[in-house]
Amino acid sequence: MAKSVMQEFTKGLWAEIPPFRLVLGLCPILAVTKSFDNAVGMGIAVIFVLVFSNIFISLLRNLIPKQVRIACFIIVIATFVIIVELFMQAYAYPLFQQLGIFIPLIVVNCIPLGRAEAFAGKNKVLPSFADGLGMGIGYAISLITLSIFREILGNGTLTFPFIGYSIQNVLGPSFQPFTFLIQAPGAFMCLGLMLCIMNMLGKK
Amino acid sequence: MREMFKLFIVVTLFSAISGGLLATVKSSTQERIELQQLTYVKGPAITQILEGCTNNPFEDRFKLKDGDREIDFFIGEFDGKRNTVAFENSGKGFGGAMGVMVAIDMENNQIRGIGITTHSETPGVGSRVKTDPSFGRQFKGMSVDADFKVKAERGDIDAVSGATVSSKGVSGTVVESVEIYKRLKDEIMNKVQG
Repeated sequence: MAKSVMQEFTKGLWAEIPPFRLVLGLCPILAVTKSFDNAVGMGIAVIFVLVFSNIFISLLRNLIPKQVRIACFIIVIATFVIIVELFMQAYAYPLFQQLGIFIPLIVVNCIPLGRAEAFAGKNKVLPSFADGLGMGIGYAISLITLSIFREILGNGTLTFPFIGYSIQNVLGPSFQPFTFLIQAPGAFMCLGLMLCIMNMLGKK
Repeated sequence: MREMFKLFIVVTLFSAISGGLLATVKSSTQERIELQQLTYVKGPAITQILEGCTNNPFEDRFKLKDGDREIDFFIGEFDGKRNTVAFENSGKGFGGAMGVMVAIDMENNQIRGIGITTHSETPGVGSRVKTDPSFGRQFKGMSVDADFKVKAERGDIDAVSGATVSSKGVSGTVVESVEIYKRLKDEIMNKVQG
């Protein structure tokens, strides 16, 4: 039974939210969630790549022979990743400097390839678009949630994307930041706690 | 066999289309990317060492070839005269390559200022060659014929204490930059006047 387009969109937001339910794409979620602005930038990049690669893979699904589908998927995904990288360099250079290697690494991130293989390669364009958008937004929401948590507690600040403005001392001047949280082990810990909370919410 | 051929054609076509698309995007964004790199990587150093100039050095720039290398020159206008050029050169510091921007006053053959653009020196130690203004200030006003080496190498520059290698890296790069300037002086003059 075919699900409605709306359902394909909303499943990425909660029921199958990529990092917490599918547990995919963890490398960037550990690395770029140090600050709010980085997370937003990365989220936008992933949404763009997912939406366009899903649309194109779905359009071309009857042309792609089964034996070489992975190679073709990777070519489509890599094309859009490089486009994002170039545009980011051209229009948001400071963000590009911050995210650095994690933009090109979207190519080998499991989410776009996973969606291409599991969904866009078998479905029509409109559901694929909805799936890509939903998954992308779900991923961005996860990045943003984790980054807000880590930046406020770990650094005491909140940096807004694009305008470069940041609120100092969100929790008041006497708050001593947990520097641990913005380091790599802190990222693992926060992610673990998030997974734990998600599982508890899912259980009831 | 026919099947194999089909796979081959499909993958080749995919790659070709993707390549063509990327080449188009790349060439259409290239100019803007260069401008962004100027603003965010070289920009702060240029604004600092050409402080007080009355033109926009980011617009008044030209390229010259030194051997195989192409160097960007930025013109600074002081007291109504286009008499200063700034350009970047890279040398080796403690942690790897470092970029040093040098501005030279061509009328008096003096250094107008130096600034570090990129570096990977130890934060808080070697990075002080960039953040400690008293180190860079020493170069200001020195003649291009002066000895820019650090005192440990019998030159005239005081190294940042605890960061001798980084300081040597900067001063060595300035020595090279001045050589480039002397080599290309006539060409630079032509470009600046024209």
